[in-house]
Amino acid sequence: MEITDEILIDLYKRMVRVRLFEEEAGRLAESARLPGFLHLYVGEEAVAAGVCGALESQDQITSTHRGHGHLLAKGGDFNRMMAELMGKATGYCNGKGGSMHICDLDLAMLGANGIVGAGVPISVGAAYANKLTGNGLISVSFFGDGATNIGAFHEAANMAAALSLPMLFVCENNEYAEYSPRHKTMAITDVIERAAAYGFPGAIVDGMDCVAVFEAASLAIEKIRGGEGPMMLECKTYRFYDHVGVKGTASDYRTDEEVEEMRKRDPLVVHETRLIESGIMDADSIQAIKDDIQKEVDISVEFADQSPFPELEDMLVDVYTNGESS
Amino acid sequence: MSEKVSELSMLEAINETLHSEMARDERIVVLGEDVGRNGGVFRATEGLIEKFGENRVVDTPISEAAIAGSAVGLAMAGLVPVAEIQFLGFSYQAMHQIAGQIARLRYRTQSRFEPQITIRAPFGGGVRTPELHSDSLEAQFANIPGLKIVLPATASDAKGLLTSAIRDPDPVLFLEPLRGYRGIRDLVPDEEHAIPLGEANLVKKGDDIVIISWSYQVELSKRVAESLEEDGVSVAVLDLRSIVPLDVEALTQIVAHCGRAVVVQEAPETGGFASEIIATINDECFWSLEAPVARVSGFDVPYPVGMLENLYVPDEARIRAAVLKTMEEE
Repeated sequence: MEITDEILIDLYKRMVRVRLFEEEAGRLAESARLPGFLHLYVGEEAVAAGVCGALESQDQITSTHRGHGHLLAKGGDFNRMMAELMGKATGYCNGKGGSMHICDLDLAMLGANGIVGAGVPISVGAAYANKLTGNGLISVSFFGDGATNIGAFHEAANMAAALSLPMLFVCENNEYAEYSPRHKTMAITDVIERAAAYGFPGAIVDGMDCVAVFEAASLAIEKIRGGEGPMMLECKTYRFYDHVGVKGTASDYRTDEEVEEMRKRDPLVVHETRLIESGIMDADSIQAIKDDIQKEVDISVEFADQSPFPELEDMLVDVYTNGESS
Repeated sequence: MSEKVSELSMLEAINETLHSEMARDERIVVLGEDVGRNGGVFRATEGLIEKFGENRVVDTPISEAAIAGSAVGLAMAGLVPVAEIQFLGFSYQAMHQIAGQIARLRYRTQSRFEPQITIRAPFGGGVRTPELHSDSLEAQFANIPGLKIVLPATASDAKGLLTSAIRDPDPVLFLEPLRGYRGIRDLVPDEEHAIPLGEANLVKKGDDIVIISWSYQVELSKRVAESLEEDGVSVAVLDLRSIVPLDVEALTQIVAHCGRAVVVQEAPETGGFASEIIATINDECFWSLEAPVARVSGFDVPYPVGMLENLYVPDEARIRAAVLKTMEEE
């Protein structure tokens, strides 16, 4: 398929949106302004950007505990996200869901998830609804390599295949399940083998390159929309920061050399180089994009800072219909 | 005005309700293990696939997490899932999706998403099903805010409550007593019949003591109450119909009226929902009591198989003994 300049720039913007938001969130966490856990998506931006860039706006996605990137790449609102991270009443979940449970039904984002693998069967249901109603949509589940060791993934993969559902499985293989390396937690090298086990095809993709992801996703999505059943992409990617919080180096579970080596493949730098070398953008126009998005990020921090925390009465509503608590 | 009625078993009432609701609302999708071609292992979904087709009546793999999880996705995509967990004991496999996802979605979305999800499951003992096929787990689910838990005791209520459960904008766990499927028969309205969730039913009036119960134990409690009338004890029977929402007003009214109460449940005693009923009575009408409230429960053991279940499941003799003992308390 032809990838226009417009698409290349769009993919870049999606990645920058994620990167700058996440870097800001990391800074806020380090200065103790965000309560709770923070799982940053930095390093993996090419996956969310490449896949979401290939979707229609109402195609559904489910996301993970490392879920900010998916929603932001799908067009999520900075203000409501930052407010949710700060636990403010103006956040996506009124400050009651937190970083790991943000969802935005307007964007067909069915939810990030604090439980590894939990979103995958939810995507199966959405895919079934798409098939039943013939709405032409597909459903996408993002999950990590670690999630493929949990039962829900296997139930979902089998059911999606058995019912031939329009669903794309996107494995973000960052080589670590929290702090445990892949080779300690599974006896296979490539997660994609697990798709074959359930009888559907897939491809291994360079998850550090948004164009590679976009191309593979576009191809898969076309086939899935055409009624060929589920497919899987295994995006080989890397988490620049730790499982929780920032740091990323000087850790016991992986070497600094490994991190430095992967940082040379920073998906933003890879794509910036491409944009400049192909003459689509120059350093100034790239900087202008970053400046604009950083302004939006700054506004979101301001918005979240000035927003109120939820009150006791906010805590007690929306458990049952009509706002009732029990 | 005389309403047309037919005598049905609870199973027939449930089946009829699924038929009529699926005909009424084309968004409804029934899914579960063997619910389609086989019509359900107890025949609750019989005839649905013939009438509504395999797209709306889905035979799933034996994958409880995927059944409950896909119910979420179906609902979020605008459909109305009515999932069957083949036995309530199998719900442990789906517990994360039920407790961690289904029950919390309204809260996470500030009601922008209305989780119109029904999960039906047979449960309870008395028909020689093995452990994990007989367990009464309702109290475990009652500790999950966001979930409604409905337990009919008659065929008529099964129709009225299932109709409301399917239409309810909150997720409902609809628990069907295995012993009642064929063992309970009564007159069921032929026409549409919806009973609001959260309204207990005073199935028998009485002045001296009230037996509070739900599901099949209501049937046993009624028999005990009627037999005690002959001994001159006036026994009321309150069928809670749902434990979430709980009809605190009806509960308080009848307990305050009688001053004595026994709560009957099939679940193990420790942490069972009977304890919550007693706590509620303490909160609402403690000073009306003339005696401590008694419990009749299963035992604090894994559900025993075979003939032992005769000893495990509360029977009329144990309920009767608890009533008489409570009547003797000063």
